[in-house]
Amino acid sequence: MSRDPEASAPGGLTRREFTKAGVVGLASLGISSVGLGSLAELAHAHHPEKSYNPGLAPPRITPEKGASLRVLRWSGFVKTDQELWDQNTKKWEEQTGSKVLLEYLSWEDVRPKSAMTAAVGAGPDIVVGWYDDPHLYPDKLHDMTEIAEYLGKKYGGWYDVMRQYGYSTRLKRWLALPIGAPAIQINYRVSWVKEAGWEKPPAKTDEFLKLCKKLKANNHPVGFALGHAVGDGNSWTHWCLWAFGGKAVEKDNKTIAINRPETVNALEYAKELYETMIPGTASWLDPHNNKAFLAGEISITNNGISIYYAAKAQFPTIAEDTDHVPFPVGPVGRPMEVGLISQAMVFKHSKFPNAAKHYLMFMLEEPQYAPWIDATRGYVTQSLKYYSHLDVWTRDPKHTPFRDAALRMVPLSYAGTPSPQSAAALGEYIVLDMFADVCTGRKTPKEAARAAEERLARIFKK
Amino acid sequence: MNRAGTAVTLRGSTTSALLRLFEHREVLGILFVLPAVLLLGIFLAYPFFFGVWLSFTDTIIGGRGRYIGWANYRSLLQDSLFWLTTRNTFLYTIVAVWLKLAMGLVLALILNRLVRLKGLLRAIVLLPWIVPTAFSAIAFWWMYDSTFGVISWVLLKAGWISHRIDFLGDPNLARASVIVANVWRGVPFFAIGLLAGLQTVEPSLLEAAAIDGAGVWQRFWHVTLPLVMPLLVIVTTFSTIWTFSDFQLVYIITRGGPANATHLYGTLAYQRAIQGGQFGEGAAISNFIFPILFLGAVISLLYVKREE
Repeated sequence: MSRDPEASAPGGLTRREFTKAGVVGLASLGISSVGLGSLAELAHAHHPEKSYNPGLAPPRITPEKGASLRVLRWSGFVKTDQELWDQNTKKWEEQTGSKVLLEYLSWEDVRPKSAMTAAVGAGPDIVVGWYDDPHLYPDKLHDMTEIAEYLGKKYGGWYDVMRQYGYSTRLKRWLALPIGAPAIQINYRVSWVKEAGWEKPPAKTDEFLKLCKKLKANNHPVGFALGHAVGDGNSWTHWCLWAFGGKAVEKDNKTIAINRPETVNALEYAKELYETMIPGTASWLDPHNNKAFLAGEISITNNGISIYYAAKAQFPTIAEDTDHVPFPVGPVGRPMEVGLISQAMVFKHSKFPNAAKHYLMFMLEEPQYAPWIDATRGYVTQSLKYYSHLDVWTRDPKHTPFRDAALRMVPLSYAGTPSPQSAAALGEYIVLDMFADVCTGRKTPKEAARAAEERLARIFKK
Repeated sequence: MNRAGTAVTLRGSTTSALLRLFEHREVLGILFVLPAVLLLGIFLAYPFFFGVWLSFTDTIIGGRGRYIGWANYRSLLQDSLFWLTTRNTFLYTIVAVWLKLAMGLVLALILNRLVRLKGLLRAIVLLPWIVPTAFSAIAFWWMYDSTFGVISWVLLKAGWISHRIDFLGDPNLARASVIVANVWRGVPFFAIGLLAGLQTVEPSLLEAAAIDGAGVWQRFWHVTLPLVMPLLVIVTTFSTIWTFSDFQLVYIITRGGPANATHLYGTLAYQRAIQGGQFGEGAAISNFIFPILFLGAVISLLYVKREE
């Protein structure tokens, strides 16, 4: 971890030089048309020059005297994550004389509990939740604009996808503070990919399919979840849809856009990809691909960095032979990845709103946030651009693809904005089911796209 | 002095009035029943009526809904996923309850004839019922696993199959798989329930029938079955209610997949209300469970009353 804004960036350039190169590169190429290679080269120039302002004074927020906060958070994917979060919390308690009761829940259980908190107006003061949750109950949440703007100005700005999730364009205020995103990338076995004739999985969808076919021929099938796997299933199917130019809904959040040729192309591609998969992926939930990868049953899957860390702990030879790359770019010409964005919300029922806001601001300040991101060991990608320089992203090159993931992410509501309707569509697994229907031969691509259109129309007409 | 005396008199008259009130059987009865009524009202009636009210609103999570009449129900009736779920729920309930009934009855008859190790065997039979549903669901989930499942592994090693069976990937196999898990869990309830009924059957009745020339089947059909019928009806009704409103097994094993092939009313309601944030619609789906439960309760009550 480096606290010095002028510290050397990876590659031997100074941060300033690197930043300059990045800004020029991004500006000349334009983010929407940029290819994966050039984006990767520029990836560590996330924040423009002078966007890091360590001297910026924080907004004056004084925690209420004797404040006691209840905080609900998802349990850490790696042990050190929770340890650091706890340490930071203790530090805040010592500095403010306030108390925090931390509750960790399995990540899938946080959303229902958060929903209940919003519905009944009681429970935790702060929920560190997921996705578009803040857009489901914005009226129940405190305005976080002051803190969000301060943190953005101080730490290089928020990534676009983080802003899309944290900020309500309708209400023109920040509803929550994005704390990061567990990124999902392509996990692969290095030796098997080399054996198939590639140095690493190709960056284009057509080449990627060729690799998967070769791997299958070599008896090393790939595996992507097609059951109701909230994280892994949703992420690869949405990537596939978007990579071919498909989308569920237009920007207006009203026009259903799924029953189009782009979707059919994506489904046909997925069908071919399915032929290269290990049998049984139709029923896979989130844990299945981890187990299959660690057992050496599959050569490629999509996942967070947890497989790599599990392998390091239990199967060092597999860890040695594992690496990560971003999802390939499809005909649409730019990376399109799903972000599992986690956001911290302060509920209006809290008796200590200032303490809650102060706590979150404290947790996102460099002395706390930098070591925390480091402790997540690549599992959580930073939400503020400045933190892209942290050592965790380069001390093991296998972490690096996760560092840049936020640049490639779009909201799950794409091309619309997060809303109750987009949350309902995701909760219904409409995109995932559409792919599963085609891959398993239950529906043709056109039939599946039509069925998905009907289901989306039901939700978005409300 | 005088004031104190009045206070004592008043207290005395209040106490005696209360005592007189307690002497009325009706009043005392109401007082005794009141705690139970309050508990039922707060924990059963209120959530139920609130759920009914929600189903007539467009409430989403965290939002204050407005009354929309039957719109949620009309919308559901035009929803293909809802109809698929309806078919799944009825299939799941009918097949599972019949299998549990048949297997439970056979098991009860066997247990009733056992002389040795009765207690131990009954305890073993009860195990699936005692194990928390979530645990047994996770066990089935792994047994059905397409890559590591023990069932596929054994069959593969035995040379009976050439490739692993994707129990939860094919819609019909997935339906059958969750039904099997439900049957495994529910058979002990039938077996132990019916065993209790079988033990009340007077052996002299069976002996008399045997002397009159009745065979095993006739004794069962004309003597045993009519005698255990009241219990059979009650046990079946309860099981129907629980199976129809099942949630845990399906949610843990398949999450309603593959492609919604195993969704039940309970899992779809959860998916729409909690995961999708549509409280009103989720409540409407839950309310489709109610008529079946009500019917079940009425049938069992009427039957018991008739038997009495």
